[in-house]
Parts: sequence; structure tokens; C-alpha cells
Amino acid sequence: MAYIQVEEGIPGIRSLFQFNPETGGPLCDLAQALLRGPSPLSAAERELIAAYVSHRNGCMFCMNSHAMAARCLLGDQQHIVDEILIEQNTSALSAKMKSLLLIAGKVQVNGKSVKAEDIEMARNAGAGDADIHDTVLIAASFSMFNRYVDGLNTLTPSGRWAYEEMGKRMSEKGYQL
Amino acid sequence: MAYIQLNNKLPGITGLLENRLDTAAPIRALTQILLRGENTLTEMERELLATIVSHKNQCRYCTNAHAATVLALGGTPELLDKVYHDLENAPVSEKMKALLEIASQVQENGKAVRPEHIARAKKAGASDREIHDSVLIAALFCLYNRYVDGLGTYCPQDPAYYQKLASRLVTHGYDRPKNEMARQGEENFK
Repeated sequence: MAYIQVEEGIPGIRSLFQFNPETGGPLCDLAQALLRGPSPLSAAERELIAAYVSHRNGCMFCMNSHAMAARCLLGDQQHIVDEILIEQNTSALSAKMKSLLLIAGKVQVNGKSVKAEDIEMARNAGAGDADIHDTVLIAASFSMFNRYVDGLNTLTPSGRWAYEEMGKRMSEKGYQL
Repeated sequence: MAYIQLNNKLPGITGLLENRLDTAAPIRALTQILLRGENTLTEMERELLATIVSHKNQCRYCTNAHAATVLALGGTPELLDKVYHDLENAPVSEKMKALLEIASQVQENGKAVRPEHIARAKKAGASDREIHDSVLIAALFCLYNRYVDGLGTYCPQDPAYYQKLASRLVTHGYDRPKNEMARQGEENFK
């Protein structure tokens, strides 16, 4: 049971968008701009960063839904999602994506734990300002989304099928109220 | 110096928001609704929620900015000190103590908010909407604090900078400053 009176049966953040559409609007716009807007990172790479941060925050709703969106976007490469989230094996990733996930992991802990040498490592692996910016803001945004979803104890479906439908919709239609 | 090259010399969050207008627009809109929109919580109460989370995240820029805003809205240094270090004895209502405690739990992790925290707030008269807004304000500042510090942005030392910023936040809120002069007026503080 969510901590506030939301409509029964609506999962996760969607129940909160329905509870307060006024804040739901800009929250969707932010997700859309960050995960689907112009970026040197692919939509799949950005979904992977979102799923990784959600995993580290223990937010099952966000982790499962964004992991599923990443799988849909990755197609026959989708095995890397489980390799990263479950096996913590990043060998299939480029050096650049490895260094960006390291930065995202530090942002998840606290902004101040990102050090100049982390940024330098990403730059040496080919990351530019936009890659670094987008990684930090995605990680920061999911530090918000995860807390919003879990802080109000919203409904977290346990069946895989619920996320399959969500992930498909997110990969095809993006984020809108 | 920030970790990335910005298109301006503005410090802290202001430089980041001017640098990327696409993501800044929804972030600003959300903040304006939460901190300045119609609400049963006062602007000072909502700024206190932003301040306690920024303080717990040790984000100097955001803590200074929102503490200055609390002062500009009529708060005192003693109020801020109690909220940071001795919440149960802070000069705020029982409802605000409960909401500030919820915000503190959100700062740690969403799952740290327990039914007893919510029960205390409801018993003190907090509405669902007030609980919702407190959680979302706390979560939003977990974004801001990480954005500001994760990109190593410049944090002015001069208290006059934060007073000037707070005065803008009280008078104009969180929308993008409309003219170039106002936007650049805060870039020369040390």
C-alpha cells in the first residue's frame, strides 16, 4: 500500500503522475529530454545508466522498467543488461561506457565523490563534455526518481510480464503523461 | 572550474541550467511548482525542506543558497542551526518536524521512509499532498545536489552572492531570469 491515497492497481511512478499531474508533466519532460533527446549517448546506453543507478539504489520498479527498456532497445545485444546488473560483468562495454558507469555509480553515492581523475579517465576513453554531462544528470535524476517512487512506497509489480509491457512502451513511445 | 566546459561563467546550478536549456526547462518548471506554487506549506517551510536535504548531502552551494532564502523569507540563523543539528527542538510545528524527518529519510534512500514516519506526519495533521510534496522536494534536491557537485561546479565564498541569489528566488522564483543583465549579474562573485 502506498503511503498516500493513490489509485489502486497503478504501479510505481505512474500512480504518482496520476496523483499529481501538475508535477508529473515536468517529470515526464525531464525523462524524455534526458533519455530520448539529443545526446552523444544512444537511448539504450542512457537507459542502461538509469537502470544501473536504480539498481544501486535498490529501487526495483525503476530498475526493472528501465532494464526492460534497455533490453528492447538493445535487441540481440540485450544480454549485456543482465551481465551488468546481475553479474556485474562489464566486459562487453566500451572503455568509455565503463568509465561513465563508474561516474554514475559515484553520483549515486554523492555528487562530491566524483573526482577530477574519474572525469579524466572518461575523457581518456573518448568521452566528451556532453557524454559526461548527460551521465551525471541521468544519475542525479534517477537519484530523484528512485526516492520519489520508494519514499511513497508505491506499488512495485513482481511479475516480469508487467515490465515487459512497460519496457516495450518506453522504448517505442518514450516518456509522456 | 567545473569538470565540463560551460557556455557561461555563472556559478553552481545557475551555470549548469544556462548551459543546457533543454533539460533546464523541466527542472525549473518542477521547482517553481513545488517551491512557489499554490500550497498549504509556506514558501519558508518548503525552502527548509530543500535546505535540510542539501545540508545532509553536504552540498555547500545549495545549502548556502537555500539557507539564505530561508533567512530572506523571515527565518533566523537559530532556526537553521536547530533544523540541522537538533530537529526535535527546532522552533517549527510538530507537522513540520515530521515532514523534515521524512525529507531526511528520503535523503538517505527512498526505502528509509517507514510507515511510522508517515503515521507521525498524518497524526500531526499533514495531508497526503503535503507528504507527497515533501518527498518530491527532498528527492528533487537529491538531484540538484548531485548535479552541482558531480560536475564540480564553482561555489562562491562571498555571502553577498547568496543574499543576492536569495533575493531573486524570493522575488522572481525559479523561472529563467528574463533578461541577459539579470542572468549575468551573478557571475562576478568570488
